[in-house]
Amino acid sequence: MNTSALILWISSITIITFATIYFFVKILKSKPKAEPDSYSDNDDEPR
Amino acid sequence: MAGNAVGFGNFLRFPVQAIQNGGGAFIIPYLVCFLLMGIPLLFIEWSIGRYGGQFGNHSTPFMMNSMDKRRMWKYVGVFGIFSNIGIASYYCYLESWTISYVFHSAIGSFRGLSQEGVVQVFNDYVSIHTSTLIPYESVIFFVLCLALNTWILSKGLKGGVEKVAKIGMPLLIGFGIILAIRAVTLKAGHQGAIYDGTEGLNFLWTPKFDSITNPKVWLAAAGQIFFTLSLGMGSIQAYSSYLRRKDDIALNSMSAGWMNEFVEVVLGGAIIIPISIGYLGIDRVAELANLGGLGMGFKTLPYLFNQWGPVLAAIAGIMWFGLLFFAGITSSLAMGVPCVGFMQDEFKWNQNKSALAFGLIILVLGLPTVIFFNYGVFDEYDYWTGTVSLFTFALFEAILFAWVFGMKKGWKEINHGADIKVPVIYKYIIKYITPVLLIFVFVGALITPENNDWQQAFQSVSQGKVWVLDNSSLIKQLANSSLKEQIIAETDLTVKQHLETKLWLINGTRILLLSVFIGISVLVHIAYKKRIKNGRI
Repeated sequence: MNTSALILWISSITIITFATIYFFVKILKSKPKAEPDSYSDNDDEPR
Repeated sequence: MAGNAVGFGNFLRFPVQAIQNGGGAFIIPYLVCFLLMGIPLLFIEWSIGRYGGQFGNHSTPFMMNSMDKRRMWKYVGVFGIFSNIGIASYYCYLESWTISYVFHSAIGSFRGLSQEGVVQVFNDYVSIHTSTLIPYESVIFFVLCLALNTWILSKGLKGGVEKVAKIGMPLLIGFGIILAIRAVTLKAGHQGAIYDGTEGLNFLWTPKFDSITNPKVWLAAAGQIFFTLSLGMGSIQAYSSYLRRKDDIALNSMSAGWMNEFVEVVLGGAIIIPISIGYLGIDRVAELANLGGLGMGFKTLPYLFNQWGPVLAAIAGIMWFGLLFFAGITSSLAMGVPCVGFMQDEFKWNQNKSALAFGLIILVLGLPTVIFFNYGVFDEYDYWTGTVSLFTFALFEAILFAWVFGMKKGWKEINHGADIKVPVIYKYIIKYITPVLLIFVFVGALITPENNDWQQAFQSVSQGKVWVLDNSSLIKQLANSSLKEQIIAETDLTVKQHLETKLWLINGTRILLLSVFIGISVLVHIAYKKRIKNGRI
């Protein structure tokens, strides 16, 4: 592979793989939200 | 949601778009469009969905109406049902090809065929009158595929769609990784390969930086982002309408978007081109790339797999077309969700009845794409429902969200329950940059200059000459200019007759699609009147 193609390929897949793993891990680590007791409890703001 | 986004576009369309639009340099406009248009529209669509869902709306007409009370919005929201119906009609046909090719790979139909022989199998398959292994095979597999989609849809989101995505997505990523490794490590001289797989990567990723200044490349990048992320369709909104108010949308939309990019750029970019170049060489692949991704996928890969011996060929064929099938079905199921949601919300139909109605509509609308595939009906559906309709709807959505609903409320909506802190710059990107980019793309498609040469077109205008439209511009497409020119120039009577029939069928397809749009608008109007009567408005 020529240098410019190699640089573009490696940098693209690195950035994308890193971002994908970063957000995926964040989702796995996010705390599950408690089930509301009622529909109105699900809404903490008056509308 | 990632299952919805990951589809045929990731494996078949992206690499071909990259080759046609600057090679490795395509990644620059592509990622810029992803960050400035893709991510903002994901935020917008997830927000619209979750917001509308709180009012019991699971399809876009009344979701949009819940954000602004003006009547017009619910008719704009018709696009969110229309696109899904239109796209599902031809997408299910495309999906059925993958089932058929899994079947043919398993029974060894491609064994011993030459490259031309494999191309002929595909041509026979889509020409309904030509006999293949099974009579009317394409119709049979289309109906089978549609029945499968309808059955899964009838099981509901949790019982059907979610289960398929849970099994399909890991399988798809697993198959994708295996094929990508196989492609990249391909060595010349082994198993019939004439080039290393890395030659393919070199061909795909070698940048032509001068292409970045060409608006055509930016239009292609924006189009790819739309197609791949399923933006402007209404299915993202339908999925997120089932979320609770406190559920996160910011992190989930980011994660789904990036997961799609991973499958597209990292896996999709490392499978089809390296394998094709390994066996066919650069010139042949460049020629095939001009036929589009579909030609590459179905007309060449069975031949390439044949070189690996009968057992490996069968396994690779089942894996590749199975992978495409999973990519396709997770997307086609997502297309059914807004329609099923609309019938349930507005006409109180149950899940089974709504899914069956969707299946029957797709059967009626999809059959013309199967029967008249060689007359351009399939492409016509793709152009109007899979391209024009998506851009139009996304543009309206961006305006509604940022300017009518208001960015202050919109920003609050995106961040409500968010598990990440969304960079504040996105507030301004959503308000200013995304709508401007969408207008740029839409106008670009509307008045594409002759030969896509923008520089020449601007020069001509500055010299007082007229702006000459290309036949691919929306205006010329509407006027069927290219086809009419072909009819006039054709001297062979049989071909002329074929082209005239094609013109007639294309116009018929447009009337049919317009009727579908009007039909959905009428249903929305009836639903609106029912809502008033029942005191829901």
